[in-house]
Amino acid sequence: MADLFAVEDLRLSLPDMTRKPLIGAAPRIEILKGLSFTLPRGEILGIVGGSGSGKSTLGRAMVRLLQPTGGAVRFDGQDITHLTEAALRPLRRRFQMIFQDPMSSLNPRHRVGQLVAAPLRLHGVDGADRLAAQALDHVGLSRDFARRYPQELSGGQRQRVGIARAIALRPEFILADEIVSGLDVSSQAQVLNLLEALVKDLGLTLAFISHDLSVIRRLCSRVIVLHQGVIVENAATAQVFANPQASYTQELLDAIPLPDPDQIWT
Amino acid sequence: MSYLKITNLSARLAGSDTRILRDVSLSVDRGQVHGLVGESGAGKSMIGKAVLGILPRSVEIPSGSIELDGVDLLQLAPAERRRRIGASCALIPQDPLTALNPSRRIGGQITDRLVDILGWDRARADARALEILGEVQIADPARVLRCYPHELSGGMRQRILIASAFAAEPKLIVADEPTTALDVTVQKQILKLIAAMQARHGTALLFVTHDLGVVSKVCGSLSVLYGGLVVEETGVRDFFAAPRHSYSRALLAATPKYTDPLASLVPVPDAVIAAAQAQVAAADRRWPARAERWPHG
Repeated sequence: MADLFAVEDLRLSLPDMTRKPLIGAAPRIEILKGLSFTLPRGEILGIVGGSGSGKSTLGRAMVRLLQPTGGAVRFDGQDITHLTEAALRPLRRRFQMIFQDPMSSLNPRHRVGQLVAAPLRLHGVDGADRLAAQALDHVGLSRDFARRYPQELSGGQRQRVGIARAIALRPEFILADEIVSGLDVSSQAQVLNLLEALVKDLGLTLAFISHDLSVIRRLCSRVIVLHQGVIVENAATAQVFANPQASYTQELLDAIPLPDPDQIWT
Repeated sequence: MSYLKITNLSARLAGSDTRILRDVSLSVDRGQVHGLVGESGAGKSMIGKAVLGILPRSVEIPSGSIELDGVDLLQLAPAERRRRIGASCALIPQDPLTALNPSRRIGGQITDRLVDILGWDRARADARALEILGEVQIADPARVLRCYPHELSGGMRQRILIASAFAAEPKLIVADEPTTALDVTVQKQILKLIAAMQARHGTALLFVTHDLGVVSKVCGSLSVLYGGLVVEETGVRDFFAAPRHSYSRALLAATPKYTDPLASLVPVPDAVIAAAQAQVAAADRRWPARAERWPHG
């Protein structure tokens, strides 16, 4: 199958505002140091790493919320590395994003129905309300949720709204950035099951950023392990867990507290 | 006798019938680590806050007792209660980024409590701060004492909060989700550090967490909470071998476990939630029988 994303020697540096002199430009720190990988259609790719490893930056570069400083990002064969915002516009409806914190990514003044219909209206899609209602159906929220405000919902329900908003445009690709890390284990399980079903039903390709390898194992077919802006491992999920190649991957695995008092930490 | 003994503790939003804790009883002895587990809103943090006397003003305790070393804190006058808690208890907070004052150096933030509450002289407090930072494995503690919080990493700041909690040799520490904000490799270091410090000092530790994986690493016993009600209290080994309550079993099945991906991350079934809610409702029917008391008055 064709690759939906092809990333080649991706480099990205951002100004380090903590070291910015009073006058003049801040020094730049390199966050992504030459990443190359491909993401075939229909796959769920896990991107894992510790804080500061560059996993969110990588995701944001893929959906062009950030512009890479080097290398290339190809989406469905098209080079999007340095496209202008105007040129990106028609592509944007083909890749969507679900954010980590639904409380700060959903406008508290808008009702759920408006929130989910917003991207449809923005792209001038006909029948926005009907499609928004369909999207809510897809994530298992009943129709009367459309009239509620985000703060009236539980964390798991809010995250479903985030998912509904991302799928409303029927994108080909969704980037999910730590979308279950703020949820209780039970809501976390529900959201993961939902995501898994949606990927199958809607034929989505998904990049799932997480710091939690247990969650990755459950959901993803392939895993990229990032450490300090470099890919240290890129393999099928089963292989990463059975036989991790990088010492950092092993370190991450060893640090997961299993619900088992017989697991002894050294 | 247990160092901390909570008996039939109830809490509600002041002046309303909205219940937060329902007849909670548990005890923790010196040298023991007791876990408080549950989903958000189950009341696990509220128990910790009630013990430390830092409940929000909107929460009142109509019944129950919190005995610290045999003395019921709820029967004491507010000033005396504060003095007693301040002298013998400490908190390790959740978020190391917000728990430290960004505009003050680390040193003063550790010694404040020793000087202001415990009445130590400055030289003794400074020496103790230096010593306790060494104990939590901070390299070059003298330099770190002069740093501002933003100059240090999240893991480092959590080490400082642990040091600060242990500085005055408290008998009881409440740790409220101390590693939730950290990534797994740092979490492992911090949990090992808390366990080592607790064992060395023989502290009673009340450990609030939503993560059963974390419980299995640091706790000796635990209480599982649902809707402010303790549905199960047991030893950790017994719990993980065979949880008795259906909600406990469901919570364990929902916990991610990479070694067994198919048997983990199962949502809590509706029937289990219904059963737990029925139990909560049954507890509420016993509620009016209790004597009303206003310890915050």
